[in-house]
Amino acid sequence: MLWEVEVVLENKKAARDPVGETIKRDLLAKKGYDKISNVRSGQYLRINIEAKNEEIAKNMVEQMCNELRIFNPVTQTLTILNVKSS
Amino acid sequence: MSIKIAVIEFPASNCDLDALHVLNNVLNVEASLVWHNQFKEKDYDGAVLPGGFSFGDYLRAGIIAAHSPAIDEARIMLKDGRPIIGICNGFQILTEAQFLPGALLRNESLKFICKWVNLRIENNKTAFTNRMKIGDIIDIPIAHGEGRYFTDKLKELVDNDQIVFRYIDEKGIAASDANPNGSMDNIAGVCNLEGNCLGLMPHPERASESILSPKGTTHGKLIFESMIDFIKRRRK
Repeated sequence: MLWEVEVVLENKKAARDPVGETIKRDLLAKKGYDKISNVRSGQYLRINIEAKNEEIAKNMVEQMCNELRIFNPVTQTLTILNVKSS
Repeated sequence: MSIKIAVIEFPASNCDLDALHVLNNVLNVEASLVWHNQFKEKDYDGAVLPGGFSFGDYLRAGIIAAHSPAIDEARIMLKDGRPIIGICNGFQILTEAQFLPGALLRNESLKFICKWVNLRIENNKTAFTNRMKIGDIIDIPIAHGEGRYFTDKLKELVDNDQIVFRYIDEKGIAASDANPNGSMDNIAGVCNLEGNCLGLMPHPERASESILSPKGTTHGKLIFESMIDFIKRRRK
């Protein structure tokens, strides 16, 4: 069965995110969106994968991302947002 | 026997010819360009991972190149004690390959920065700084968009003496004004525990001939000369 796995890579909190900071400070705040307390940017990957079930699909993607350093554990966190059949 | 150094080329390396020129024509060693999947460590005394880009810097600068066969060969070379230097994109590759600690993130300003800076030598026991003294100041240019050094093990790096260069101001102080990219602790270059692998964001190959330097200095040459001295001493 084919699954679609959505993955988000983000800088860890300790590593500043100037992209998110600029969006908040130089765009949102200047245009009057003063209720925004924080913006963090990241990378989004949509991976289609063949697997017997949802759990296996998720595990395979996690394993692959760890093994090949698709995310850099020094600076980033990896979150699997969603797994759905595709 | 002549000293043989490989300048390893990845798709989109663009400081490879500059490094080759300095090694061959300024330092008179036998350097050659080697395509990344043809590099064989046994043929060389040392290697340079040049600046530029690699594989479009997709995903993160250096990560795709870090999976190249050249990196498996480089691992053998380092284990044997031979020297490897990574300049700019080469530094990014060496951190992604985990030969060096930490990572390089996008500059705090989000801008590509191209200018001459001052560095202070923090460790002169590496294969690349043995011609300098601790506290010496060198003139050297930077040119990068992703040079903000980050580590989650800063204390370990300090304790192990792995910080090799810091960005400093005219007075020799590692002030925040002298930090061009937001690097943690003003770090411009780090080495491995053994001191035979160095990564730095500045470009010594662009600072090895007085004609290229606004102040007429040739401080970058000291890094390559140190590397060559180190190779000669190993042979004795």
